[in-house]
Amino acid sequence: MNGWPALERFLRTDPRDVGCAQAMEMLHVYAELVASGDPAEERYPGIAAHLHACGPCGEDFQGLLAAIRGEAP
Amino acid sequence: MNETLDAESAEWVRGLAGSGGRREAALARLHERLVRIARGEVSRRGPRLAISGPELDDLAYQAAADALVAILGKLGQFRGESRFTTWAYKFVILEVSAKIGRHFWRHPAVALDGEDWDRLPGWFGFDPVQEAEWRDLLAALRRAVETELTSRQREIFVAIVLNGVPLDALVLRLGSSRNAIYKMLFDARRKLRAALAANGYLPDDCSGGS
Repeated sequence: MNGWPALERFLRTDPRDVGCAQAMEMLHVYAELVASGDPAEERYPGIAAHLHACGPCGEDFQGLLAAIRGEAP
Repeated sequence: MNETLDAESAEWVRGLAGSGGRREAALARLHERLVRIARGEVSRRGPRLAISGPELDDLAYQAAADALVAILGKLGQFRGESRFTTWAYKFVILEVSAKIGRHFWRHPAVALDGEDWDRLPGWFGFDPVQEAEWRDLLAALRRAVETELTSRQREIFVAIVLNGVPLDALVLRLGSSRNAIYKMLFDARRKLRAALAANGYLPDDCSGGS
């Protein structure tokens, strides 16, 4: 149907997206849920939507996740 | 304040909020952890950065030092929603991001005043075989950028999308915040998508908000 998937993905916006400030405020809580295997995306869909769409916040999330996973017993 | 904290987190808070040798020991222990996390984070991001070697290590130490100051300043705000260390590591990860953004302007590889439209076909993975079609699409996108966006939205779209300026670096250049720049780009993306859909270049979208 659409021959421009990357452009389509870039331009598509999710109305649930909470933005950087709210996502960063809760990043430690969200990352810990993900690390423990809890359904973080279901509990915080707006943060999940944001982390998928925002490169810098997504990078910070991956960094924090790597940090806490690296500390796992 | 600390009744909901797990034992390890409570120990961290007691140590850092205390005094004397106990506080010094907690500070040294936290600093050591922050340096380790910062070094891990700069090595994780390193391959994608134009920074390497001692400069990267220096950035990690600076991020750890600044994160420690920020953590101590906000210690009273820690509510135990996560482990203390997870909360603390967030500070150092964000400091690494900010310092990488600042570093970009020491050796900027792009000019802010240009508009590199030729970058887009590669960025969006357009197939050279379909060039006639995507030329038409890009012309429509360009028209939409010129007619649908506010001057501030256009400035941000051009810097990030056409000129490849990292969002955190643009935040510093414009004296703004990540949230504000992201919101402006978010609104620009929504408007551009609507314009391209209205002209039949992209499918109608019922999930993209109003």
